[in-house]
Amino acid sequence: MTAAGANIPMQSPQAASSRQPLLSVRGIKTYYGNIIALKGVDMDVNEGEIVTLIGANGAGKSTLMMTIFGNPRAREGTITYGGRDITKMPTHEIARLSIAQSPEGRRIFPRMTVFENLQMGASMNGMAHFDHDLERVCTLFPRLKERLQQRGGTLSGGEQQMLAIARALMSRPKLLLLDEPSLGLAPLIVKQIFEIIKELNEKDGMTVFLVEQNAYHALKLAHRGYVMVTGNITMSGTGKELLENPQVRAAYLEGGSH
Amino acid sequence: MTAPSITTTAQTQTVSRSFDLAAAFKDAAKTALIMLGLSIPILAYKTDQSGADLFLTPRWGLVAIVCAIVFGLRLLIHAFTASRSYARATPSPRQATELVDASPSAFQKASRFGIPFFLGVALAFPFLVYLIQGGLTESRYWVDLGILILTYVMLGWGLNIVVGLAGLLDLGYVAFYAVGAYTYALLSTTFGLSFWICLPLAGILAAFWGMILGFPVLRLRGDYLAIVTLAFGEIIRLVLINWVDLTNGGAGISSIPRATFFGIPFTAGEDGFAATFGLEFNGMHRMIFFYYLILALALLTNFVTMRLRKLPVGRAWEALREDEIACRSLGINTTNTKLTAFSIGAMFGGFAGSFFAVRQGFVSPESFNFLESAIILAIVVLGGMGSQIGVAIAAIVLVGGPEILRNLTFLQAIFGSGFDPNEYRLLLFGVGMVAMMVWRPRGLISEREPSVILKERKAISGSLVKEGHG
Repeated sequence: MTAAGANIPMQSPQAASSRQPLLSVRGIKTYYGNIIALKGVDMDVNEGEIVTLIGANGAGKSTLMMTIFGNPRAREGTITYGGRDITKMPTHEIARLSIAQSPEGRRIFPRMTVFENLQMGASMNGMAHFDHDLERVCTLFPRLKERLQQRGGTLSGGEQQMLAIARALMSRPKLLLLDEPSLGLAPLIVKQIFEIIKELNEKDGMTVFLVEQNAYHALKLAHRGYVMVTGNITMSGTGKELLENPQVRAAYLEGGSH
Repeated sequence: MTAPSITTTAQTQTVSRSFDLAAAFKDAAKTALIMLGLSIPILAYKTDQSGADLFLTPRWGLVAIVCAIVFGLRLLIHAFTASRSYARATPSPRQATELVDASPSAFQKASRFGIPFFLGVALAFPFLVYLIQGGLTESRYWVDLGILILTYVMLGWGLNIVVGLAGLLDLGYVAFYAVGAYTYALLSTTFGLSFWICLPLAGILAAFWGMILGFPVLRLRGDYLAIVTLAFGEIIRLVLINWVDLTNGGAGISSIPRATFFGIPFTAGEDGFAATFGLEFNGMHRMIFFYYLILALALLTNFVTMRLRKLPVGRAWEALREDEIACRSLGINTTNTKLTAFSIGAMFGGFAGSFFAVRQGFVSPESFNFLESAIILAIVVLGGMGSQIGVAIAAIVLVGGPEILRNLTFLQAIFGSGFDPNEYRLLLFGVGMVAMMVWRPRGLISEREPSVILKERKAISGSLVKEGHG
């Protein structure tokens, strides 16, 4: 592959089908004051996919994820979810459209018990399926089941991450947005969490959009990936293609030594 | 010689399990004995001159007091060091990576008996005072003090919703107290409405003002919110002073109609309360009625708060205090959540305000200055944010404490007859606050009671749960 040909075709097998993508981001520009953080981002997430977004620190990955949730709001461009324009919706209303987010840095409620944290996750759909869903996340994360009575703040980092994901799952989302679930965790726990993401996708057909620094794990797991550099998507392709791409390898997988 | 003072028994109860009581008593007794030895040449005799003669005046009472104080202080030091080393020996649950023991803590055990006990004392208080003081008129002071404390308990519980649960620092809570008080004062004097109609109206109006305050401050947090609420409190007070046509300005509104016992007035006449129930007329009937009225209102506040905590709105308040961004991403409308917290907190402030007006029979802007807000906030912060029982204890200490100071006349024996303990009450307040911030920076009761307690408690020891094995 030549250097000019690093642009892998945008279309993945799923996107080529006539179905509309579940989440589609078109020409998004986000500013922090006068500073432009996203310089016109296009991105699609199809139903049933795991899509990952990788990039260096400060590339704008988390900003893109937060922009999808309406905080900060995009100044230009459109975001559609399930055919609906959500660009100008308030965050809490977006969260009610069966999109769940596990924000960066976990953000669990530290003084509330694990059980109460999970209740908070379920509160937007009126606690209708609470018992059933509690059982489900407890099967996914047996560790949490043992700690239902414990305060969130007393959990270890890995457990807090599990709780953050479990809390997001309590709202029965179709699309799960995960921001750096591997942040600050031991490799063994990272592996475990990625396995759970895979299980959610394969068994429950959940669509996952994963923002990661851990490029190797993320690309191995994902169906498709995007690479972001300073507010722009510079490359996209299937996870496998990106893993084999020399530029990606040089920048994100081999410590940039090439 | 060293008669153990009453205070020491109270102190030993607060001591942790590992505290060796007998050894501490022995040591304290030794110290007191040394004090006694030292006092004989220094304190025991005083030379008095009468004409040309010199007398030795014995002062054994003073010696006893000093020895008792030394004994008590020594015991207190033991208690502190013991509880500190105990705290060091037990790992903090905040740092635990192992499963924290789910059995009820010492506090929870104590509160199981403590709460019914407190409630019982509160219910029986007028009767206890009547029995101890031996007459209705004699117990007036104590019932009055009880009413004052309960008013602050209620205000503390109301503010606890805003500050303790929702985490919104409100320095202008007294504004809602003022709205409630003036609502009753104005409606009853102008339209002749009865207290029982004005009470809900005062709550509704205060809640309405809570919302009005809520809207502009929705985006603010922490210090900025505190400043704006402080300003709001002052605005209300200044409006009350300057809108003379409506509020009669700084002179206030007087001769507010007194509450009736569900239509029966507390008068000496034929159709008065005393005559209806075949009692001898006494002004204290009204006071005791007020006592139970404010007790009922305070308990209502507590009951509603406890219920709300278990409902989605209450959980949303607490989640908002913990993490606003996480709340929003979970689909919680933070705007509505903040507004409900402000308005429900304000509503209880309004209830308390209209009670204040009916009890005093007179309202003026003087009663609603910033110091009131500060005291209510201090009650909430010292009690432990979000803790109902902590707030009640803090209200008793902060409001009842200065009254006890008035009665510490025995200190005059030490510091001379010109000594008035009451003058030092703000100093002691300050010392108490500093001590609290050093030893219990998160309030008297900082432990947050979970809103849901699961029935099955699985005691899986931490060693069975290895890291990385789900």
